[in-house]
Amino acid sequence: MTILDDVSFHIERGRSVAICGPSGSGKSTLLALLAGLDEATGGRVWLDNSELGSLDEDGRAALRARRVGFVFQSFHLVPSLTALENVMLPLELDGTNSPRHRAAETLRAVGLAQRTGHYPNQLSGGEKQRVAIARAFAGRPAVLFADEPTGNLDSVTGEKIIDLLFDLNRLHQATLVLVTHDEKLASRCDRRLNLSAGRLVTDS
Amino acid sequence: MKTFRRGIGFGLRALLRDFRAGELAVLSAALIIAVASVTAIGFLTDRIGQAVALQAAEVLAADLRLSSPQPLDPARLAQARKRGLSTATLLSFPSVVFSGEDSVLAAINAVSDGYPLRGEVRIAPGLLADPHVAAGVPPRGELWLDTAVLARLGIDVGAQVELGAAMFRVSAVLTYRPDQTPGFASLAPALIMNIDDIPDTGLLGEGSRVSHAQLFAGTRNEIASFAVDIEPQLPASVRLLDRGDAGRELTDAISRAGRFLALASLVSLLLAAVAIAMSARRYAERRLDTAALMKSLGAPQRFVVTSSLTQIIVIGMVASLLGTVLGLAAERALSVLLAGLLRNDLPVPSLKPLALGFGTALILLAGFALPSVLRLSTTPPLRVLRRDLSPPPPGALMTYGAAMAALGLLIYWSVRDIKLVLIIVGGTVLTGAVLFLVGRLLIVVLARGRSRVGVAWRYGLANIARRGSDSAVQVVAFGLGLMVLLVLTLVRNDLLAGWRATLDTQAPNHFLINIQPDERDSVRDTLVAEGLPAPEFVPLVRARMTRVGNDTVGERNYRSDRGRRLAGRGANLTYAEKLSASNRILAGEWWPRDYNGPPLVSVEIDAAREMSIGIGDLLTFDIAGMELAATLSSLREVKWDSFQPNFFMVFSPNALQDYPKTFIASLRVPDDKRGALLKLVRAHPSVSVIDIEAVLDQVRQVIDKAALAVQSVFLFTLAAGLVVLFAAVQSTLNERRYESALLRTFGARRSTVFAGLAAEFVALGLAAGIFAAFGASVVGGLAARQLFDLNYQLDPMLWLFGTLTGVVVVGISGVLAARGAVNTPPIRTLRAG
Repeated sequence: MTILDDVSFHIERGRSVAICGPSGSGKSTLLALLAGLDEATGGRVWLDNSELGSLDEDGRAALRARRVGFVFQSFHLVPSLTALENVMLPLELDGTNSPRHRAAETLRAVGLAQRTGHYPNQLSGGEKQRVAIARAFAGRPAVLFADEPTGNLDSVTGEKIIDLLFDLNRLHQATLVLVTHDEKLASRCDRRLNLSAGRLVTDS
Repeated sequence: MKTFRRGIGFGLRALLRDFRAGELAVLSAALIIAVASVTAIGFLTDRIGQAVALQAAEVLAADLRLSSPQPLDPARLAQARKRGLSTATLLSFPSVVFSGEDSVLAAINAVSDGYPLRGEVRIAPGLLADPHVAAGVPPRGELWLDTAVLARLGIDVGAQVELGAAMFRVSAVLTYRPDQTPGFASLAPALIMNIDDIPDTGLLGEGSRVSHAQLFAGTRNEIASFAVDIEPQLPASVRLLDRGDAGRELTDAISRAGRFLALASLVSLLLAAVAIAMSARRYAERRLDTAALMKSLGAPQRFVVTSSLTQIIVIGMVASLLGTVLGLAAERALSVLLAGLLRNDLPVPSLKPLALGFGTALILLAGFALPSVLRLSTTPPLRVLRRDLSPPPPGALMTYGAAMAALGLLIYWSVRDIKLVLIIVGGTVLTGAVLFLVGRLLIVVLARGRSRVGVAWRYGLANIARRGSDSAVQVVAFGLGLMVLLVLTLVRNDLLAGWRATLDTQAPNHFLINIQPDERDSVRDTLVAEGLPAPEFVPLVRARMTRVGNDTVGERNYRSDRGRRLAGRGANLTYAEKLSASNRILAGEWWPRDYNGPPLVSVEIDAAREMSIGIGDLLTFDIAGMELAATLSSLREVKWDSFQPNFFMVFSPNALQDYPKTFIASLRVPDDKRGALLKLVRAHPSVSVIDIEAVLDQVRQVIDKAALAVQSVFLFTLAAGLVVLFAAVQSTLNERRYESALLRTFGARRSTVFAGLAAEFVALGLAAGIFAAFGASVVGGLAARQLFDLNYQLDPMLWLFGTLTGVVVVGISGVLAARGAVNTPPIRTLRAG
């Protein structure tokens, strides 16, 4: 079964792009390929000047640790770690100096200075996503991938999360690639790729 | 290196949190039980082993004993002392002790300072007084005589006796010395004296029958190297005995018992392994998301492997520590139970079992948990976007190979015998499969009933049937634990009560030996006058077997050295018209009443086997210089523990009755009639009385205590069975939570869902109880027939107690373990998806 067919595009550094399309159109698969979470059966993907097909799994992981941040629909916080430890995680994986200090700083930037010692099950949905955003930006990534970042949030909270995401993105000058159903979110991006049945239909 | 360190750090942090959240309770409990049961048994057998070695040394009164009919080189003693060994010398010979006109032949033991180097001599200040441990050896000019010598001379402590050319004062009653060998040969009454008095007696002239002995004691290594050094210099007539020689039979028995205990703990180990595999699988499954996230955030496989391994190792260490502490506590309790079983106090255990505990934990984890946990490292990072993605299941080779290897290793560790390991592993796999099938069958039968019951029961039974394999494992695991417990409590009590009833009422507690034919009437009269029953006299003829067919005994081939010794040594023969009640003919036929044909002999079957003789063989004996040939006509099985006088060889009466003979008798003397025996010995000085009450007592105690110890060990098995139950319930918790939420959303009341849960576990418990009661009945029946020769009456309590315990314990623990699933509000469950 072909999930993506003849999809070819280029994203410049620092731009924000929304990948849109109905369920089953291949959005998530495209995101997975761009982030090196999955391997394409054909074609090639370059991420920050590295050709992903030439790297093994650990190589792609190392590239992600250095250059990539993630925000997920279901947050994916590690339940056994506190908010602060969750944010520290990518920093520690990358071997950044004084990860605790940097993580605390980033948590403060997302307005959770009072919540550093809380575990995920002690946080609301919006707070969880803010921790996830802090985690994504703490490593100063070159590219930030977001998969339906507002999908599990009510519209008011969702909007706040969108604001936060774009503010931080502007601050860190990262490239933002997000998959979304959310029209409001898509409209805030510089560019929009529409997928349908695995093909790129519009690029605006 | 960095990845490695970070992996460890992450693993530790996650672990701490999981400990706090109770995620690891079942896994840890299973490990702790396994380690506790292994270390408890390890410590115990270690200490019993040491105690047995000491006891063996006691039989020699030393660690090393040289004995010879010729004087031994005294320079060797100085040589040994220079090496730091302690030494003593001993002379033993028979001589006559006089008191006025009375005299008695006694075994004289002349000892030097230091005797005994191992064990203790016990003496009493007068006849019938309480004995105490002697400090040192008799002072010069004094003798310690045993009760028989005193009784025959009609004297008590304080009297003067004559030995050789010297006079001595009797200063104590000798009640026990360590190197008194049991058996008829050394039953001559004995005395202990100071070796420095020997020259005064003038007894050691030319041609006297003296046995010279040198005793040595020291640490195991010192003794071993000393033995190696002196052995080549010893003349052929010198016999060297060490602990190994002395205690071989005892050591064998104990090491068999140790192995049995080790196997017992292995059953708990196996059940614990099942629980570990189950809970590790769940533990790993709950960590899939984290592993995927770590990888998406850029963690290399190494990191995931390192952090998983860290967790496993830390869990292993912590559980080993706790398990060892628990094991030590259990061992303390066990050794209190076993106190007095061995004459010595149990020595302090060595630290070996500690390594055993840690090793067990690591092997269990490596074999049963590691495959699940290592699988985490192959989690695809894409799982962060697609929850349905799981790592490829571990290969069958990895899972079962690791488990079998771990199992083999653990069993090898307990039994140290490759062949036995293969048999046990094979047996375990086979038994496991059969038990599993039985479990499945029970489940199918139970599930059949569900169309005929209410909604709660239907729901419960449906659950059991749907998780068929898991349910069967639970039934077997818990049923096995319960079965063993039933066997060791109810069945054992039934069997022992039956056996002891026969012992108590019938077993004699004294033997009379060396009764001359013309003394029979007066012995009987003396006993009857004292209110004791008239004893039955059994004739005894001393003989030596000379030929089997045409071959002389010395030149034949034997199955074993024991057979050669049995055939060649002097034998006690008897004759009887009727077969004794404690004997059973296994082959051939017993002779008819008033048989008057050619001489016939019936031989005990094991002895016949060892001596390589069979029915139809013509056996020739030398009896006081006369020759007798008899045909082997039957083979008998003898119940030696009946404490009746029993013989390897029994002849037809016409064959033996005209040869010179003495008689022996056994009788039961109640405590308040013991004085009768003293009168008997005074009236018949040549008759020896042997008290076997003490032996009987010891046999009873050993049985009681050993059974109690084994029973406590199997409590671990029951606990392990429970852990399996918890592990199984835990692995279904998510599913149950979801189902319960659905049911309640559809309008089921909480109590209904609870009733369904209860029904499920009550049914499981019932199945486990039936399984246990059935198994216990089978084992009980087999044991009754094979071990005790009793007809086992099926005990209805077994079924009542078995099913009731199963229902109550499994019902309550199951509902306790699963209640969280019902108590979670449905909305939370459904939202979390």
